[in-house]
Amino acid sequence: MTLQSLLIYKGIMVLAVFAITLLVATYSTYAERKIAAFLQDRIGPDRAGPFGILQPLADAVKMFMKEEMIPSVSNKALFILGPSIAMLTACLTGVVIPWGKSLWIGGTEYPLQITDLNIGILYLFGVISLGVYGIMIGGWASNNKYSLLGGIRASSQMISYEVAMGLSIIALVMTTGSLSLREIAAQQSGWHWNVVYQPLGCLIFIICAFAETNRAPFDLPECETELVGGYHTEYSSMKLGFFLFAEYINMFISSAVISTFYFGGYNMPFIGRWVHDPNWLAVLGIVFLFVKISFFIFFFMWVRWTLPRFRYDQLMNLGWKILIPLSILNIVITGFVMYFTGSLN
Amino acid sequence: MQLTNRSKVVSKKEMTFVERMYLPAIFSGMMITFSHFFRKKPTIKYPEQTREFSGVFRGQHVLKRDENGAERCTACGLCAVACPAEAITMTAAEREPGEEHLYREEKYAAKYEINMLRCIFCGDCEEACPKEAIFLTDRKVDTMYNRGALVFGKDILVESLENPIDLSKRQTPEVKEFKKQKGYQHNETHDLNTRTEMDPKNPRPVQKKKLGNS
Repeated sequence: MTLQSLLIYKGIMVLAVFAITLLVATYSTYAERKIAAFLQDRIGPDRAGPFGILQPLADAVKMFMKEEMIPSVSNKALFILGPSIAMLTACLTGVVIPWGKSLWIGGTEYPLQITDLNIGILYLFGVISLGVYGIMIGGWASNNKYSLLGGIRASSQMISYEVAMGLSIIALVMTTGSLSLREIAAQQSGWHWNVVYQPLGCLIFIICAFAETNRAPFDLPECETELVGGYHTEYSSMKLGFFLFAEYINMFISSAVISTFYFGGYNMPFIGRWVHDPNWLAVLGIVFLFVKISFFIFFFMWVRWTLPRFRYDQLMNLGWKILIPLSILNIVITGFVMYFTGSLN
Repeated sequence: MQLTNRSKVVSKKEMTFVERMYLPAIFSGMMITFSHFFRKKPTIKYPEQTREFSGVFRGQHVLKRDENGAERCTACGLCAVACPAEAITMTAAEREPGEEHLYREEKYAAKYEINMLRCIFCGDCEEACPKEAIFLTDRKVDTMYNRGALVFGKDILVESLENPIDLSKRQTPEVKEFKKQKGYQHNETHDLNTRTEMDPKNPRPVQKKKLGNS
């Protein structure tokens, strides 16, 4: 592959992933409203276009047209920086996710992944951890008690749950022996999904993913019943839109990560029996991955409209007293099982 | 006394391990919400669909005309007396010769006003009316831009000759029968004495004065 074609291929991949991420996040807002409505015996938005399919466009237009308000007592630079960081870090995470196997065009391999970092998991965690700065800075710069409380809650919550999340991933790394997401996805061909080998780790990871994306029942940073709007109380117009949008992008990326880590990524059992062409397999892999992602996005929303919000002390108890000991126990059990089944080399 | 068998005895016992895990409870809760996903929605998409009103819906009033097109109202003031919200006022006038086609009786309401902001749509005026003149209909009261416009006068209340208001749903034979007998009860329960004998500490203006010229 020449440098020129490499640049073109990478450029196309980056643009495609970026566009798909934004598109999925846009329609997640629509899906959220529809699913919320259906779970509550309502119809939901159905005025903009057939079945309200153009509702996200209407929302976007509204967001852009709204008056932009920056409180005079706020720290203006940080006030603008907050949503920018939230949006930036949300968009960065899609880089290492393997969206499918490689396409073979003219004897050249084109992996359907922007870049295969050999420390993909570490990169992912690093970027996700940066996401909290957007909320924290936004909440602090607003110079508002509710925003500040929301920001504090967000930072403590995300730091607490990152520990349990990281520990649950250590057990996964022990079994897979790799930090590269492509490698982890490739290992799960057939029915060798990691959820079979790491059920407890999977559960902990999903719970922590809810907390990391600030979704109900862990949406204490916004917590509209007690904190007005939490960290985005003072935000308006597209800055508010960025915060909300970042949450949906995070949800999409989290669903992609959960699918890749534990639910086989782009793999689908038995598909190799009928389809042999590698290009078709790659395309089907993308489809399967997106089916899984859609399910998890639905799952995120389903949980949101079922469970009530945790109290703050309950959240901390769950994080520090239950999830972290459980994830350490998971590591120990994984180690013992690997030692006695002789899968340690 | 037990009225239904839906009540549950609350016990605050220690939760078992399975209960403390919460996962079974969360799972059953999610199944409940999921079952609602496919349920039939009770939504009425308003501008396209409208909810059907009951036949005896009490909406905007109408002052009926008789079969010759003459106004039935004789400005007796019973509706104003019966009105618990004191929304009705009227001024009576004597019918001049040659106006027989306009007014049925010798006395008629020169001015008849209902304050729609005060009206509670109880229907007592309709029940009190001895001349079958005022009725509540299934029409909704229009919204206005100011308070003054919501004091409806005769121009709005009296039905037009071209399109008379249909009251057949309200005036079933049973209702007509009931109204025939009701005349006497009405005088016993709603007579003026009960309204004048009020708590002296909290006197309320009585509508008698406004009816003075009737």
